[in-house]
Amino acid sequence: MAIPGQKQLTHMEEFMEGIWKQNPVFVMVLGMCPVLAVSVSAVNALSMGVATTFVLVCSTLLVSLIRKVVPKEVRIATYIVIIATFVTIVDYLIQAISLKLYDALGAFIQLIVVNCIILGRAEAHASKNPPLRTVVNAMGMGLGFTIGLFALGSVREILGAGKLFGVSLFGPDFQPWVVMVLPPGGFFVLGTWLLLFNWLKQRKPAAAQPVEAHVHG
Amino acid sequence: MNDATAMAVTPGRVMIATLGLVATLCGVLIVSTYHGTLNAVTANKRIALERAVFKVVPGAASMKEFVATADGIAPAGPQTPTGAVEFYAAYDQAGALKGIAAEGAATGYADVVRVLYAYDPATQAISGLGVVSMRETPGIGDKIYTDQAFLANFQALDVRLSADGKALANAIKVVKHGTKRNPWEIDAISGATVTSKAVGKGINESAQRLLPRLAPNLDKLRGN
Repeated sequence: MAIPGQKQLTHMEEFMEGIWKQNPVFVMVLGMCPVLAVSVSAVNALSMGVATTFVLVCSTLLVSLIRKVVPKEVRIATYIVIIATFVTIVDYLIQAISLKLYDALGAFIQLIVVNCIILGRAEAHASKNPPLRTVVNAMGMGLGFTIGLFALGSVREILGAGKLFGVSLFGPDFQPWVVMVLPPGGFFVLGTWLLLFNWLKQRKPAAAQPVEAHVHG
Repeated sequence: MNDATAMAVTPGRVMIATLGLVATLCGVLIVSTYHGTLNAVTANKRIALERAVFKVVPGAASMKEFVATADGIAPAGPQTPTGAVEFYAAYDQAGALKGIAAEGAATGYADVVRVLYAYDPATQAISGLGVVSMRETPGIGDKIYTDQAFLANFQALDVRLSADGKALANAIKVVKHGTKRNPWEIDAISGATVTSKAVGKGINESAQRLLPRLAPNLDKLRGN
């Protein structure tokens, strides 16, 4: 349901929302728990991004499909059950694909249930929009989240282990900055990316109004 | 939410019915995925275990799972009896017993460190070490599987049984870096003493329980 007076976004704009204007990592600063915890390597970051995107797209699609029949009193319970279902499915799928990856991601797969991006999208977008628009928006958000995770994961792997995708980059003489794969490194790299992202945004005055950043856990 | 439903009071049965339907649908989705992936997940777990065992017992080509109880040893069933110790017998291509692998676990610096060690019955020594899982500090605690000097401790770590066969003749001991004097001692990694100690403690506890039960039954394993 479009807010009266606001121009309906085209599907392309809807898709780009999550990648640029409302990027979950760099603009909305949502879902920081997995962002900081699993972004120690590029592979982990990408896998976590893909898993979250899958849950995001599937659950928002289902929420959008049943949006007219779910009474508003029980909507949060309904959304959480739906999200938890797709997280369980992703959990089994990852175990079937690779146990090594499953061990590397640890509890953070199950914790997608409480990722605020997903419930946020279900409540703020999917419950008010038709399925196609919802899926396009969810894919953009998922991709934006994956890009954010990858931006952290690749930098942290390069500096913290001297590798990218497990391939050694600098030879045996490189002394890895171990702090980068530890929790403080996650904050350093996130801070640097936020700085860069906001600087890029400010240099583009064409982007009408800056979207205010809201920090959530 | 459209405006008509937002205004009207929703009857209780509609809410229950909606939740019930959504839960049923979700239940069907979860159960079908579970059954759909079960074979692949079981196969993956089996492959991961085999890989880990073959890594610590070089030359092994097949393995069997066993449990050691107070009464002897038996092939592992779906349920491990309480107090039993699980272990894996590894065989080479010709079917000869290459070695035994078992898991040891103890709390390290961050979390439980789980290791898999190989036992060579011929020399009565531990002949290999692999890490099953750990969450120790990268660059420090993970030296337990990258530091060659530390791994050299596990090429021939003495675990002979005492004269009565009820325990190890010498308990495995982790000693300060550079002070290893006896074949049953583990030279700790300098700077990662807590993790080194966890490895030693895990192996010692497991070997103290497993080896006395295993020794009288080795022929049974060879016969397989």
